[in-house]
Amino acid sequence: MAEDVWILGITMTKFGKHPDKDTMDLASEAARGALADAGVTMKDIGVLAAGNLMAANASVGQQLQKQIGQTGIPVYNVANACATGATALRTAIMSVKAGEADMGLAVGVEKLAGAGLLGGANRAKDADTWEPKGRVGAVAAVDGRIGTETMPGVFAQIGMQYMHEHPYEGAEFELFAKISEKNHAHSTLNPLAAYTKKMSLEQIMGDVMIAYPNTRPMCSANCDGAAAAVVVSDSKLRTLSQEQQRRAVKVSASVLTSDPWQEACQVLPDVNTLTRNAAATAYEAAGVGPEDLDLVELHDCFATAELVHYDNLGLCEPGGAVDFFNSGAPWRDGRLPVNVSGGLQSKGHPIAATGIANIWEICHHLRGEAGDRQIEGVRVGLAHVIGLGSACGVHILEKAA
Amino acid sequence: MAGEIPLVDYLVLGDEPHLRASECTACGARFFDRRNACASCGGTDFREVRVPTDGEVRAFTIVSLAAPGIPVPFVAAVVDCDGTSVRGNIVGTEPTPENVRLGMKVRLTTFPIGVDGAGTEAVGFGFTPQEAN
Repeated sequence: MAEDVWILGITMTKFGKHPDKDTMDLASEAARGALADAGVTMKDIGVLAAGNLMAANASVGQQLQKQIGQTGIPVYNVANACATGATALRTAIMSVKAGEADMGLAVGVEKLAGAGLLGGANRAKDADTWEPKGRVGAVAAVDGRIGTETMPGVFAQIGMQYMHEHPYEGAEFELFAKISEKNHAHSTLNPLAAYTKKMSLEQIMGDVMIAYPNTRPMCSANCDGAAAAVVVSDSKLRTLSQEQQRRAVKVSASVLTSDPWQEACQVLPDVNTLTRNAAATAYEAAGVGPEDLDLVELHDCFATAELVHYDNLGLCEPGGAVDFFNSGAPWRDGRLPVNVSGGLQSKGHPIAATGIANIWEICHHLRGEAGDRQIEGVRVGLAHVIGLGSACGVHILEKAA
Repeated sequence: MAGEIPLVDYLVLGDEPHLRASECTACGARFFDRRNACASCGGTDFREVRVPTDGEVRAFTIVSLAAPGIPVPFVAAVVDCDGTSVRGNIVGTEPTPENVRLGMKVRLTTFPIGVDGAGTEAVGFGFTPQEAN
């Protein structure tokens, strides 16, 4: 049995527009912040995992070393869609678990402000001669002609599919908008969120429609940001100071899954099955169940996505996501607060940073350091990300005993 | 008459336009793209099967913002054609939430997309609400 791994230090930069900072400025700020939070230096780190999606071929990890410390340690540059940050963290955790290092650093960084609509390419002018190309022998662009490739559109269908499978008497548009209303309300307490304005239901529903039922504020915000974490083995932690041990957060489960084949999964991405599998594996590994959770940060890349993950993560009875939401449970004063950070819809979604930033949020509450937005008495938390394609990361974190 | 060409090779034109899928002979999994092997069971033997043209809307969105060059709004959907899921647009009705419903019965339809320099007409497909809906 591999020994336990702990998060010793963790930080995130402010998410938002950072026109004066490049990728390395953001990555350095997060990495040095995590090292300082951990009370260690680059010299203590035995492995580095660096996540970045938009420049996935740029060896961001080595670039970062060249700014903050070239110590010769192994570097893994990872890219795994929107699960990149969680994958980087898990890479460092696996390395520590395998005994190759007793301390590791994971960084996720993205410059995404102004990136606009993700998914789908600009449609070029049709060719002068129809010629079948690619795996479906298309003679012309299919995005927009055979469904949509855009992220808001794909995730809108994922939410609508849930409404089809679990018919709801109420107005679906309003339901999804209310989920967004919750997250925007939560964001007002998070100084590191990209957007911290409370939005009324009317404002959210009346905003620009992107892909029904997702209006603009119901979509995650493309922005810049970075997050980083230092992980340490149980045996190494015991040699560190009382203060370091007190603030350390136990990684009770670190799970990564991909999408297993299901009928229709190559027609509309199936973000459900791999999340369910990851959650089941994580609960088993941690020896806890959803009823033991005090706090959840889940991948609300769109309001329509948050709903399905209540069910996928087992936060509600099977098929009961709408009732769970309507009960008020996922509000910060509810039974099981979800996305008290403001979620991706307000905090922002600098892709590779997201899967570490959500863990930072959980750690903050477990340590009792979340300030104005502290949820009292948090002992067990879960962080979830989904990268379309697909990859799912689930981490369960627990307060030091 | 320079003839027609389907937008994608899994659209079969002619008197009874329909979609065809590659079905794994071992496990029955269906695919629309050129295959290396079956994603479900790893099998490499496939047969071509005709996908029913009638179906039911299982999920949809009304895309109001798309990449430049793509006309909006349009309805993108997943249609369950008697057990085979198909991606396609809902056409022949206004793209508003009032006109498209989950569970709505639809039927495959084809329409011209454009004519190339040689006079060949490309033909696309979509799903249109069945009558008496």
